[in-house]
Amino acid sequence: MLWLNQILQGVLLGGYYALIACGLSFMFGVMRVINLAHGSLAVLAAYALFVLADQYGLSPFVGLIFVLPAMALIGWLLQRLVLDRSARGGLLVPVLSTFGLSIVIDNLLFQRFGADTRSLAPFLDSLSYDSWAINDDIYVGQLAALTFATAVVLIGGLQLFMSRTPLGRAIRATAEDPDTVGLVGINARRVNAAATAIAMVTVGIAGAFLAMRATFDPYAGGPQLIFAFEAAVIGGAGSLWGTLIGGIVLGVAQSLGSQISPQGFLIAGHAVFLAVLFARLMTGGLGFRLRLRTASGH
Amino acid sequence: MASEPHITVERWTRASVVAATLALAVAALLALGPLVLGANAIDKLTTLFIYVILAATWNALAGYGGLVSIGQQAFFGLGAYAAVRLADAGMSVYPALVLAALLVGLVAWPLALFMLRLRGGEFAIGMWVVAELAHLLVNLDGLVQGETGTSLIVLNAYAADARHAFNYWISLGSMVAILGILFVLLRGRAGTAIQAIRDNEDAAASVGVKVAATKRAVFIIAAFGTALAGALWLATAITFQPKTYFSVEWTAYMIFMVLVGGLGTFEGAILGAVIFFVIEALFGAAGVWYLVGLGATALVFALFLSRGLWGTFATRFDIHLLPVGYRLVIGRRAPAHPSDVAVPER
Repeated sequence: MLWLNQILQGVLLGGYYALIACGLSFMFGVMRVINLAHGSLAVLAAYALFVLADQYGLSPFVGLIFVLPAMALIGWLLQRLVLDRSARGGLLVPVLSTFGLSIVIDNLLFQRFGADTRSLAPFLDSLSYDSWAINDDIYVGQLAALTFATAVVLIGGLQLFMSRTPLGRAIRATAEDPDTVGLVGINARRVNAAATAIAMVTVGIAGAFLAMRATFDPYAGGPQLIFAFEAAVIGGAGSLWGTLIGGIVLGVAQSLGSQISPQGFLIAGHAVFLAVLFARLMTGGLGFRLRLRTASGH
Repeated sequence: MASEPHITVERWTRASVVAATLALAVAALLALGPLVLGANAIDKLTTLFIYVILAATWNALAGYGGLVSIGQQAFFGLGAYAAVRLADAGMSVYPALVLAALLVGLVAWPLALFMLRLRGGEFAIGMWVVAELAHLLVNLDGLVQGETGTSLIVLNAYAADARHAFNYWISLGSMVAILGILFVLLRGRAGTAIQAIRDNEDAAASVGVKVAATKRAVFIIAAFGTALAGALWLATAITFQPKTYFSVEWTAYMIFMVLVGGLGTFEGAILGAVIFFVIEALFGAAGVWYLVGLGATALVFALFLSRGLWGTFATRFDIHLLPVGYRLVIGRRAPAHPSDVAVPER
């Protein structure tokens, strides 16, 4: 029963990882860019929600009304100011520039907010601890369930958006061949900026759940980036539903690992990631594949 | 140009002969350091030597090999950890530092087998995961006691002055050795091969470059050099706290040094290390703002000056002090604007 509970909690935790990973996976699928500032931007959104709640008494859910458009704007600017220019310098420049950006964001947050850990849990009333009892041993936290549901809805929504809307089709076409889409009247730069804006909205949502379900500090971005990356790779990045599976695998591994030793939580997560990577390399299928086109193309 | 132009491939130029001689002379002079300099100056220079090792090895990996790793702190930390372990097992401390680095180089070999199959950003973060895992595993060791850490107590056997002098010499020697190895390697067949791989892996493979073996060699040498730097850092700091040694900040520093100095130029990495050393001395006390500045500078260089200071300077004035590349000279005398061909340094 104990193990069953750990697995269930791991699956729910996986929902959070899928949330934080789907933006990373999406950006890799569309622009083939791995944004190393991904985690830092999620933490930035978390701080924004914290300030809105702490200073102005806004519930985190209301705060999202302000934070998500701001994140979209940040995404737009990120693409226009950093990623566009980086992409011209080859594959590695985006890695270097977004890493530099993450250092700037982390340390500015530290400068402004100090080393204290924060959480949005105090602003959630009873949601932060309410749960449903399945039986005497197993409880499902309402917030964890909400996180998981949000991940499913968000990923499903993104998938629908990509397959059913003109912008979604333009994004997929641009992912396929950024040079040729210009011939059919698509502005690849604008499409990429829109795609990054969308990705940053998902990062904002992930930041909100990060801050509601746990504590965070200015340097929490690095670990979030790693978890997102692991979930995306385990699931096969570029595939949005795969990201959900990847998140769940990661969450379950961590949850079971924590049962073994205090350090086991993180060790098990990294170990599963490396094992999946290893298995995939041995069987010849390399981890990262552009799957957006096949996953949603009917 | 009526007749056939006379074409020669040039490697050493007068400027580079002078520069290389000067570099050796400087190294020889530096060897006298502990005899003439004060304790503070010796410690500072020791730090600089370690920075040069970090910059040069990361540059070999990223600048020449095209393998941007965000996880080099894995090797830095493991180098220090292996040194602690060897010393605890009773090995004489200074040989232990070098052996530790060799052991880490050995560990890097199987690691290379599968990490190197990742491309670009996947390799970058994949290495970070490796570093995190290495950190966690080292924490499990009873000797290290988790984040509490441990110390290289055996160093207390040496009087303070002698210890500082030994640290200085071994760091200087290591730096010269690493730079020497990299220079010979990059000048030779492997250097041409690795740059061909960086520029186009498939094309390189098609003309017979052994892609996997060459990348592996660079990866292992970079791991060895970074581990040596970690072991040397331990000798200067004495205490080993996993959190400090496995911090991603080390990689941030390497990236800063190489980007500012000049990614993929031999001289640039050294210049970058010197610049970082000076900036740290001037602004290190500014704490958070200093780190913001480093990150912003790295960002700006990546976006607008990706050749770095030395790369830009060398291209503008066509000066190559340490001749790693090849130059084609057309005509009997060097023309006004000779073109670098075959292996242009970036």
